[in-house]
Amino acid sequence: MTSFKTALGASAVALMAASGAAQADKLTFYCSAQEDWCQLMANSFQDATGIDVAMTRKSSGETFAQIKAESSNPKGDVWWGGTGDPHLQAAEEGLTAEYVSPMRDQLHDWAISQAESAGNKTIGIYSGALGYGYNTDLLAANNLPEPASWADLTKPEYKGHVQMANPNSSGTAYTTLATMVQLFGEDEGFEFMKGLHANINQYTKSGSAPIKAAGRGENTIGIVFMHDAVKQAVSGFPVKVVAPAEGTGFEIGSMSIIEGARNMDEAKKFYDWALSAEAQNLALQVNAFQVPSNKGAETSESAPDMSSIKLIDYDFKTYGSSDTRKRLLKKWDDEVSVLPQ
Amino acid sequence: MRTLTTEQTTHPVLIFWIIAGWVGFFLLPWYGVEDFFTFEWLIDGYPFDEDYAPAAFLIGQGEKLWLTPMFLGLLLPLLALGRRKTDPIYAKLLIAAGAIGFGWLILQGFTIGIRGWNFEWAKALFGELGDRQFGMGYGALICASAFLFLFTQGIAARGAINGDVFVVSAIGGVVVIVTAFVFFPIAKMLTAAFITEDGGYSAGVFASKFFDDRLWGLGCLSGGRCGVAWNSLFLAVLVGLITTVLGLIFALVVTRSGFRYKRALRALTVLPIITPPFVIGLALILLFGLSGSVTVFFSDMFGIQPTRWLYGLPGILIAQTLAFTPIAFLVLIGVVEGVSPSMEEAAQTLRASKWQVFKTVSLPLMRPGLANAFLLGFIESMADFGNPLVLGGNYDVLSTEIFFAIVGAQYDQGKAAVLAMVLLCFTLGAFYAQRFWLGKKSYTTVSGKGDSGVHPHMPRALSIPVLAMAMIWAAFTMVVYVMIFYGSVVELWGVNNTLTLKHYVTAFSFRIEDSGIRWSGAAWDSFWTTLKIAAIAAPLTAIVGLITAYLLTRQTFAGKNAFEFGTMLSFAIPGTVIGVSYILAFNVPPVEITGTGIILVVSFIFRNMPVGVRAGIASMSQLDKSLDESSLTLGANSWQTFRRIILPLLRPAILAALVYSFVRAMTAISAVIFLVSAEYDMATSYIIGRVENNDYGLAIAYSTTLIFVMLSVVALMQFIVGRTEIGRRMTQSRTNT
Repeated sequence: MTSFKTALGASAVALMAASGAAQADKLTFYCSAQEDWCQLMANSFQDATGIDVAMTRKSSGETFAQIKAESSNPKGDVWWGGTGDPHLQAAEEGLTAEYVSPMRDQLHDWAISQAESAGNKTIGIYSGALGYGYNTDLLAANNLPEPASWADLTKPEYKGHVQMANPNSSGTAYTTLATMVQLFGEDEGFEFMKGLHANINQYTKSGSAPIKAAGRGENTIGIVFMHDAVKQAVSGFPVKVVAPAEGTGFEIGSMSIIEGARNMDEAKKFYDWALSAEAQNLALQVNAFQVPSNKGAETSESAPDMSSIKLIDYDFKTYGSSDTRKRLLKKWDDEVSVLPQ
Repeated sequence: MRTLTTEQTTHPVLIFWIIAGWVGFFLLPWYGVEDFFTFEWLIDGYPFDEDYAPAAFLIGQGEKLWLTPMFLGLLLPLLALGRRKTDPIYAKLLIAAGAIGFGWLILQGFTIGIRGWNFEWAKALFGELGDRQFGMGYGALICASAFLFLFTQGIAARGAINGDVFVVSAIGGVVVIVTAFVFFPIAKMLTAAFITEDGGYSAGVFASKFFDDRLWGLGCLSGGRCGVAWNSLFLAVLVGLITTVLGLIFALVVTRSGFRYKRALRALTVLPIITPPFVIGLALILLFGLSGSVTVFFSDMFGIQPTRWLYGLPGILIAQTLAFTPIAFLVLIGVVEGVSPSMEEAAQTLRASKWQVFKTVSLPLMRPGLANAFLLGFIESMADFGNPLVLGGNYDVLSTEIFFAIVGAQYDQGKAAVLAMVLLCFTLGAFYAQRFWLGKKSYTTVSGKGDSGVHPHMPRALSIPVLAMAMIWAAFTMVVYVMIFYGSVVELWGVNNTLTLKHYVTAFSFRIEDSGIRWSGAAWDSFWTTLKIAAIAAPLTAIVGLITAYLLTRQTFAGKNAFEFGTMLSFAIPGTVIGVSYILAFNVPPVEITGTGIILVVSFIFRNMPVGVRAGIASMSQLDKSLDESSLTLGANSWQTFRRIILPLLRPAILAALVYSFVRAMTAISAVIFLVSAEYDMATSYIIGRVENNDYGLAIAYSTTLIFVMLSVVALMQFIVGRTEIGRRMTQSRTNT
């Protein structure tokens, strides 16, 4: 009997423990970009400064959920990468800390305006324009003309060939919705979404899923950020990228310091370093086709040429706020998603 | 019957737990210590440094004085030493000691946190504290266990459950850990359903989210789309039924047919549960998707226009049936084997035809197995996340909706909580339907009386369709797995079909250097972590699961139904909810374990324990109580009976629990996403990252490797646990031929 109790005790011991106080000179780094980019950032920072980096990669939505759940006893120090909306949301909820980096004067205006719209609690590190890509094989097999604009996608011949993510679950798709509202005006924008709805074969859950499906030949046209489509093409899939003729919106990949970070000094060091041209040039090594926020950093040759894309003046402050988002999503739910296809 | 043990004046178990309590209070660091097992804290200021000091040293230095009352709980049991167990004061002393110690430990843990008082009322009552405390450590843990088991010994001494210390302690232990690691985190999460946007509580918020048309709409009856709740329910019932039937078919083929390749069939049925999520879905897309090989073949040969039929209900149904049939099989095989041949032989002697025997004797006796298999299939389907994500199309289900309510663009934890509650209600419903169907009949077939019969073969009318079905399904499974393996050795899946081993090299390369082997592949880190965590979690899961099953089938006590439901709860809730609720509950003192390997182990134990419980219950309800009784009559206590009589007869259930928990620990994804940290990254989260990055080859190569690793581990477990030898004749008896 005693031996059993000992076993029970021992297993109970294995069940529980606790962590103590943090040590100096280390950094807990939450990364929401692609895996190899995250690895490279972590290792390069470690080499440059000697600070021990513990990196965890999760999607931006997952990271936001984690930071929120951890808020009463924060475990992370800095959050780098991922689309701007969750970063803005985190700033709005006070989950991230205010910091004005001395590197600011090296950045593009859009990166700084991202920071200003969030009370300096986040900053832009890269940007990527919204667009779409199509599978050239499938398009040819179905004898479809090559689409070139947003309006083309609502034409009846593309019925059942277009895929986008559900704006309720994906930041990419919400950016699409907000872009249409800003590009065409709210009423016209929703008319466009309704026309698009008729052609959609599936609203995916994750933002980049439509273009991945297009790469594998499971879907013809996917509405995504253009750098995601470029990535498919570079990986060898028969995908062609389109910058819509009417102009388009864009995302700003962001970085924030977590409020109450245990290694605040290291987090700030990382923040400054990540804004430097040399750190942003690391993107060239890992097939990341976004446009870096440092004016001196280089952009990949395969990346979509931002100067030839008509970009709208995307209002991140208004469309990133939770009130506007809830209103637009509800309107989309009530007026668009219920229509027959 | 147990007069011998009760007459002993000082019970060794009592002494053990008294000593344990003192050790926890006086010797071990009270608060959590990072890297405890390197024992660096021993030379780093222990026992006086505040971070490493045991409770007694803290109090002695005038620190953390609120720990003092627990000392009373350690003194009281000393008075019980030397008293007889039958002495009412003995019981009262132990109950008081346990209750004071445990109660105070919990109370102080929750009221004083990292920022002083945790509650406004405490601040108002006692003023600012000016001190704080971190998460509890091993000292606190040992003390808590000691108080708990002193308490249960007291209860037992008062005569509960015939004064059986083992049973009372086991009940107490399971109740406490299930409360701590299931009820507590889930309750913390579910309260989010009632929180309004400005932070207050309101039932109206819950109602508006609960009665949403997107949840309960019935549009599909009139050509539109149905609510998410109905989608999930419909899918889960279908999956439950189909997997149960298929599982039964496989179990019958393996145990009751002359089929020659039983071993191969057995291995094949195990394959899907050892497959990481997403992989089956990707393979199905490659076969039946718009550009899948089967689709292209049919379109070239017969001019059938390729469609996206796979995306939606059909795709999820196929993938889940593939994935969950083995679970039904594992539950049913033990039950089908356990049905007593003598009953079947008796029926045959009474001139029943084989078909009649099967229909009126064998099948009804398998009902506990069928019910449990259905329940597991139903719940698995409800909580499954990977397959609907890949193949769901526009067929939304609760589990994915919950995930994206939390991580999606809405950031609506309240909605996730409401959806989780709906899901729980369904599971609860299925659970009670199952109980109702089983009724109060007895399914006991393994008794102490010698039963040397041999199972008759299936009647011919049954065996032909059963074998045919099993063959078709087995062939289909094989095709899927050949596709998966093929995917891991081609350059770029579906685009460039040049054969290559480069994905394996990237993931698992190593060099042999002077200093030993250097694991240079990209996947090694997460691979070793996963293996370690799974190996720790599996036996613990099996132990907790089987003890629980034993309590549920063999003992009667107040609140047993609630107890049983509690043990099923964590299984019924999707991993995403578990993941977030674990962060909410265990990121702050008193139990602060986020970012450690422990939180992964704990989450696996409580997520997978229900399978051990189900398998154990199904098997134990077949064992005649007279076996226990004769053992008890012969002077054994209930622990000895459990270990010597029941445990050996439970080998199939033990194996099922071990295999399942090991495998699930290696392949789980939805809860794990939130619980992995830089130091403890798991294989599945690494694989998902690769899939997101288009590295399909690498992801599938990693998955294939995991499949082979798990296959060998499962074979090893089968070898170690061994088979139950129920004394039966080895050959067919004459009555059967």
